[in-house]
Amino acid sequence: MEFWFSEMHTDNVKASIRCEKQLYSGQSDFQRIDVFDSAEFGRFLVSNGSVIFSEKDEFIYDEMIVHVPMAVHPDVKHVLVIGGGDGGVARELSHYEEIRTIDVVEPDEMFVEVCREYFPDNAKGLDDPRVTIYNQDGLRALRTRHGEYDLIINDATDPFGHTAGLFTKEFYGLCYKALKDDGIMVYQHGSPFYDEDEAACQAMHQKAFRVFPICRVYQAHIPTCPAGYWLFGFASKKYHPLRDFDAKRWKKRDIKTWYYTPNLHTGAFMLPKYVEELMEGAEDRKK
Amino acid sequence: MKSMDFEKQKRAPVYEALERLRRQRVVPFDVPGHKRGRGNPELVRLLGEQCVGIDVNSMKPLDNLCHPVSVILEAENLAADAFGAAHAFFMVGGTTSAVQSMILSACKAGQKLIVPRNVHKSVINALVLCGAVPVYVNPDVEPRIGIALGMELSQLEQAIRENPDAVAVFVNNPTYYGICSDLRAIVQLAHAHGMKVLVDEAHGTHFYFQEKLPVTAMEAGADMAAVSMHKSGGSLTQSSLLLLNSTVNEGYVRQIINLTQTTSASYLLISSLDISRRNLALRGSESFAKVMGIAEYARSEINEIGGYYAYSSELCNGTSCFAFDVTKLSVYTREIGLAGIEVYDLLRDEYDIQIEFGDIGNILAYISIGDRMQDIERLVGALADIKRLYAKDNTGMLSLEYIAPKVVATPQEAFYADKEMLPLSQTAGRICSEFVMCYPPGIPILAPGEIITEDVLQYIRYAKEKGCSMQGTEDPDIEHLNVLR
Repeated sequence: MEFWFSEMHTDNVKASIRCEKQLYSGQSDFQRIDVFDSAEFGRFLVSNGSVIFSEKDEFIYDEMIVHVPMAVHPDVKHVLVIGGGDGGVARELSHYEEIRTIDVVEPDEMFVEVCREYFPDNAKGLDDPRVTIYNQDGLRALRTRHGEYDLIINDATDPFGHTAGLFTKEFYGLCYKALKDDGIMVYQHGSPFYDEDEAACQAMHQKAFRVFPICRVYQAHIPTCPAGYWLFGFASKKYHPLRDFDAKRWKKRDIKTWYYTPNLHTGAFMLPKYVEELMEGAEDRKK
Repeated sequence: MKSMDFEKQKRAPVYEALERLRRQRVVPFDVPGHKRGRGNPELVRLLGEQCVGIDVNSMKPLDNLCHPVSVILEAENLAADAFGAAHAFFMVGGTTSAVQSMILSACKAGQKLIVPRNVHKSVINALVLCGAVPVYVNPDVEPRIGIALGMELSQLEQAIRENPDAVAVFVNNPTYYGICSDLRAIVQLAHAHGMKVLVDEAHGTHFYFQEKLPVTAMEAGADMAAVSMHKSGGSLTQSSLLLLNSTVNEGYVRQIINLTQTTSASYLLISSLDISRRNLALRGSESFAKVMGIAEYARSEINEIGGYYAYSSELCNGTSCFAFDVTKLSVYTREIGLAGIEVYDLLRDEYDIQIEFGDIGNILAYISIGDRMQDIERLVGALADIKRLYAKDNTGMLSLEYIAPKVVATPQEAFYADKEMLPLSQTAGRICSEFVMCYPPGIPILAPGEIITEDVLQYIRYAKEKGCSMQGTEDPDIEHLNVLR
């Protein structure tokens, strides 16, 4: 028997993973959630037909979205994670002792339950006593926060689905307001490779660029993402991701990683020419 | 609410007839010439085969809107039953055509119609057509937010006393902003003086299907009501209903409708009315309870931001605001130093959010059966961000949405009179022969036959400066007005 999970990365490109079996399928108020077991990627979670993460490659983006800002900001005490109901981001944050609170805003309770059951290694991050989970819409949670956070991590990945509200001008504006005067926001920036993703990627940069004084993009290689290539956004009120990057301080922490290194930190901001041009294009179209 | 026959409401006669026709694979040697789309492949790509396949002409199995005897008649009867009316006409020229048919049915040239001045332009257009004389009742203006309220009973009493020969009373219920008048009392008063009551219920389709919402025109005993099915009812744009009570001669109203209605009514529109009526009858109560909940949530979240005022039933004063349609999300914006139209433009240009309209001091976001909570969060989030980025001092801002007009000629006389075109600045004191309005909402600032005052000119200049989309005049830039010689 052959059992394949397929995801359309564009109308003309299909990525397939051979599955051992399907472990779960359910429909929440927000999304259809499926969990599969595969030989190559281990267990992986699918939302509305798109792979969200797999056991094999989740470490890459969880590390990249957490350690990059944490190696720049000198003193992070309060963190807001939007999305992130799987717990992977919280797990990476739990390495840092100076953090006092980690607020995880995940509207979909079912998503958290499914992750707890099928991805206990990620979900254990949610058991850190500093974590509080809010089952709330991200925009709603942000509206009432003023100058409270040192770091906001937007872990939502889909600019068109049920998390569309987390890729809008109002979202970046509300994040700006919720951050302290030296706060940093990092976010999933999508994949820039295919033509149809290009515009969304550019629009995202344009919106953040117009809200934050410092706005840079960095990259990682993530096999289950479209074209295996993924971008993150680094938006900040004060700290520059390279000029304020303190490699020595971070090394002293002696955190065990599989992807992130201080060398890679710098390298991740060195973008291919076509991505650089894409981003510069967005910056020029100031209104 | 009258109880309808729930089992019968599960039928959709026009839709069923179209399905039968599709299965019969009839060869068309009639119009439309695109022949189920075969002659216009680009149109099929745009609209889809299903859609062009039912763009057909009236024929025996599909009945004829001008003189319905079979499936359209059945569908109209089901609609009448669902809305608690004696008869329902399917309208394909928008609610404008329903409003005009009401007026043309009730008044003849020279007869008087009592009408609030803050009506949709379609009402005054009907007066231009038929030559009836408007007796305007000036609406109360809400002191804080500046919007026109409903019809006050004492004002109607006075108008009736001064014009005992009027033949009908026209009521906007609810207004665009959600304000409702005391319909039952208005109907009693008008009927006691032998006058018919015509209700523009364009924004009140949902009242018929949720008992927690204000009273409907049919239930209040009004004689006719124009109901925009395409607004809260979910049917296609341009489709509408004209409802009659048993006090009105159905055959005469049909003759009036047929004076101006197309003889090639679209089956897309007709079937959308049929299906939407079924949906409302079967699921409307539940859907609109949800809409009420969404609007209530949005209101409380918007009021939480501060600066904005999303108003609701607290405006009720027992007379000119007798009830409030809580599904309407109207927000007063002047406190943050922005005109409604400025917030409207910011929402679209900066936040990719399109709302229904913005006027001088308010915005209206249309909440309906198609809304999702996540989109409400976007709207509220964007309003919070607009306040953060764009709020300013509000001194010097106009607050009035309504200026009481001085009427000196009937709309028909003024419209057809000898006129000349003058620059705006030279028109003060002259009689206007055309409309000036912001669209939406489409309520005239000036109508034919009214004196142009400094107040009105200031309003026009202010609305233009703030970016309102203005129309109605012969001069597309509204730099000139046509005035009576």
